[in-house]
Amino acid sequence: MLKLLPLIPLFPLVSSILLMVTLGKMPRRVVAILGAGSVGLAAVVTVLVGLTFMASGQPHHQVLWTWMRVGDFSPDIAFYLDGLTLVMMSVITGVGFLIHLFSTEFMEDDVSFSRYFAYLNMFVFAMLILVMADNLLLLYLGWEGVGACSYLLIGFWYQDPANGAAARKAFVVTRIGDAAMAVGLFLLLTELGTLDIQPLTEVAKSKWQVGDTLPLIACLLLLGGAVGKSAQLPLHTWLPDAMAGPTPVSALIHAATMVTAGVYLIARTHELFLLAPIAMLVVAFVGLITSLMAAFTALNQHDIKRILAYSTISQIGYMFLALGVGAWAAGIFHLVTHAFFKALLFLAAGAVIHCLHHEHNIFNMGGLRTRLPVVFWSFLIGSAALAALPLTSGFFSKDMILLQAYKLPGAGPWLWVGGLLGALLTAIYSFRLVFVVFFGEAKMEPDKLPGIRMALPLSVLCALSIVGGWFALPLSSVFPATGDHHPSHLVEGISIAIPLIGLAIAYLIFLGGQLNVEGLVNSSGGQRLKKFWFSGWAIDWLYDQLWVRPYKFLALILKRECVDDIYNTIVSFSQFLFMALSHTQTGRLRWYATSMVFGLILVIALLQGVIR
Amino acid sequence: MDGVSIPLDHVLLLSALLFICGLLGLMMRRNIIFILVSLEVMLNSSAVAFVAAGARWGQADGQIVFMLILAVAAAEVAVGLGLVLQIQRRFKSLDMDDANRMRG
Repeated sequence: MLKLLPLIPLFPLVSSILLMVTLGKMPRRVVAILGAGSVGLAAVVTVLVGLTFMASGQPHHQVLWTWMRVGDFSPDIAFYLDGLTLVMMSVITGVGFLIHLFSTEFMEDDVSFSRYFAYLNMFVFAMLILVMADNLLLLYLGWEGVGACSYLLIGFWYQDPANGAAARKAFVVTRIGDAAMAVGLFLLLTELGTLDIQPLTEVAKSKWQVGDTLPLIACLLLLGGAVGKSAQLPLHTWLPDAMAGPTPVSALIHAATMVTAGVYLIARTHELFLLAPIAMLVVAFVGLITSLMAAFTALNQHDIKRILAYSTISQIGYMFLALGVGAWAAGIFHLVTHAFFKALLFLAAGAVIHCLHHEHNIFNMGGLRTRLPVVFWSFLIGSAALAALPLTSGFFSKDMILLQAYKLPGAGPWLWVGGLLGALLTAIYSFRLVFVVFFGEAKMEPDKLPGIRMALPLSVLCALSIVGGWFALPLSSVFPATGDHHPSHLVEGISIAIPLIGLAIAYLIFLGGQLNVEGLVNSSGGQRLKKFWFSGWAIDWLYDQLWVRPYKFLALILKRECVDDIYNTIVSFSQFLFMALSHTQTGRLRWYATSMVFGLILVIALLQGVIR
Repeated sequence: MDGVSIPLDHVLLLSALLFICGLLGLMMRRNIIFILVSLEVMLNSSAVAFVAAGARWGQADGQIVFMLILAVAAAEVAVGLGLVLQIQRRFKSLDMDDANRMRG
């Protein structure tokens, strides 16, 4: 059964190519079956492969062919299957299939139905290559592939220039990270002589000591790539703008799979990071700071998708925090549960937008609880999991991260306190969203109800968001075991209580109205802070001043082509000479003779030294 | 070399005068025939100078060059007169200013 492994990326690839070459001439029904069905088939094969793998428990390595051979460097097209790969593949094909199914209804009326599925299938293919790759070069191929698909899908409705700008921004900002990652790969290749992940870690462990400089540099460069792809500080600015794409795309690419590629990369190369404790500390603090900043921003947004985007940034910050403290399994666990509940939230948000004539502002909604009951329950369950209310999947993963962070010697308790503050904010903003959108008085009437192809994925994801945390992932063979002693009951109790406190605060402010914060918000300081947080800590403005404007200014100067001025001067001088001398070309024979005579006289005079 | 010998200076002066006459004719006449005649005058002025110089130094070289100049002049006239015929045919005029077809 393990031999079927290459089929998994093959199905979406074939479907994507078919959809591309038929140029949207296929009937919509066929497109839908092909687009969603191929990912469904991939999911089925993943289950078969997964069952076989679980029975043996041995990592499986499959070489298809040698990609290229340059001297000693010969990377293969090869797949590596272990617990981590299997978990990622299950998320990509499983959640991916549900989102494809949802899309068949969500995009029903779109003119570019076929193009949409071609891109989306191509994305699934690239993402599968990314997680299944046996060497870092093939991983990089998938890494760039998902970046390109993300660009295409953010700018899917390209008729609006703003969408194109958002797509370009996402592409350029992630490219900065990718450049760092490429340099990191070069460094690993020249220092260790291979990019195959398993031999690479062996060589690294034997060649480098813990705390050496080279692994630190390599890890920081890899972190640069991860930070760009996973929208962490300082390269996180593209993700909120990426919401310009269709909502199912946001669910698949910008919540469940692609943005977690950075987390996967760090988890996959965790042996390297173990050699560089400083890099791990950097990872932890990047995660914590990003998660807090994004949470404060999410609290102030009023576009339903931007709230979820900032919440995604914040939750990936938690995953980075987990990776940084060495809780690899907890980070991946949170990745999985986050994929479930954030995909659910995005799809539910998509359903709301779909049923409310593309309305994005949450303050124009309200009272949808009775009008869209399926969506309401989905949103409620998703928000509960996001806020980590007890017994939901998010609770288990977030609790695990916070406890592991607490145990880290040194900075541990501080990371824990920061994480708790983030959890409190998460609970407040997620239930703010629920209360504002689904309770209160109705301001808009939905013009249609979600059909079965929307309701089914929502229900499945609801179930997964609840029970997703009840089972252990097969990661024990991949990551080193973490200490199993439990902190005091007080620490655990606080972790459980914090989300509930957040829920209560959100209720008091946004639903009950007992807690009146209007006065605080409307004071001048409050207004200024609100505006500051609304703009995402003014980081977009800062980057605009620091990079975009000087760059544009430089471009304006260079547009005149200073270097060409030299050549242009030569050209215009010869043109001037030509204009002057062409007047002597009269065609009058006697003038020619006369000028020759005078020229001769001049030459003779010079030769004789009459004129000096 | 008996009898009256003409000093070299005089011959060279004559040669220069003839040359200037030819040159002025070349620059001033508009008729192509006269331009050719002026050219002949200039050629012959230099030929005179050669002959005189040959006589002065008692060398045959001057006379040889004179023969050469005669041959060149004959060839030049042959080509020149051919051109004159063509010009006359094409422009119905021997005035060189009329033969100017440039607009500048």
